[in-house]
Amino acid sequence: MANRTKEEDTLASIIEAIEKEQMRDDRPAFRAGDVLKVHVKVIEGGKERIQVFEGICINRQREGIRQTFTVRKISHTVGVERTFMLHSPKIDKIEVVRRNRVRRAKLFYLREKVGKAARLKELR
Amino acid sequence: MAKALLGIKRGMTQVFDEVGNIVPVTVIESQPSVVVQKKTVETDGYLAIQLGFGEVKERRVNRPLRGHFARAKVTPRRYLREVRVESVDGVNIGDEITVAIFEPGEEVAVSGISKGKGFQGVVKRYHHHGGPKTHGSMIHRKPQSAGATDAARVFKGTKRPGHMGHERVTVRGLRVIRIDPERNLILVRGAVPGPNGNLVMVRGD
Repeated sequence: MANRTKEEDTLASIIEAIEKEQMRDDRPAFRAGDVLKVHVKVIEGGKERIQVFEGICINRQREGIRQTFTVRKISHTVGVERTFMLHSPKIDKIEVVRRNRVRRAKLFYLREKVGKAARLKELR
Repeated sequence: MAKALLGIKRGMTQVFDEVGNIVPVTVIESQPSVVVQKKTVETDGYLAIQLGFGEVKERRVNRPLRGHFARAKVTPRRYLREVRVESVDGVNIGDEITVAIFEPGEEVAVSGISKGKGFQGVVKRYHHHGGPKTHGSMIHRKPQSAGATDAARVFKGTKRPGHMGHERVTVRGLRVIRIDPERNLILVRGAVPGPNGNLVMVRGD
């Protein structure tokens, strides 16, 4: 290949174009600490229905089509975390319920906190 | 019609399928391949078609090859590759083969030149386990015995260190995930031999 840079340019743009096509532009802006309602499409016995998973976003990872986010909630005294692909067609919509004041991008420290200690202050 | 075409490996990414699952895919770009020559039993002793692929400036092609392309009435191509076929009937010289010959869901075989690894030992080259690293062991990554003493020679095919990679590799049973005739792209599930920018041949499996 004589012209390496041009070669790499077309290469990157083809891959980028394929990834961009699949990205959803209806995802709201949110960050770690926000309380989210994630509407997940579930297929059960041939029928599709929407299941809502509500909790605190504790992590956003990676970029572009590969971006994921983790939502943590306490379900019947047990901590439950689910990681979703941000652009997955399985997610019908994401609602931001509440925005909290947090001082870091990853809130893994919440896993060690129980009850009152696991609260976050709302952003004013 | 021969189910084969030439393409360039453009790289890997991931796509969502209908259900929403992530599928790892390799993107292969194939500006239409063109049939340059038909080989028949009468003229060549076997059945094959020769495909031309890729742009090249006319002045970069030497005169014998220019004549070869002129005979097929096609513009010169950078690569020429042959595919064995069952029958050359229905194939005409100058025919363009596009990605549309494949359909999503179909299984294909992809061949290409693998990445060169250089001179490698037996652990990387043949996945030998290697010996213990400590406890007085002196056989860390050695190939060990090359054979018995009564043979007084090393048998052919004995696994020994040497050049690895940069050879023709075929991966079979790759599923076509998507076809994009407008941009001349094929997306196949899984990995394909060689670096990005590698010439690959895609055939029906």
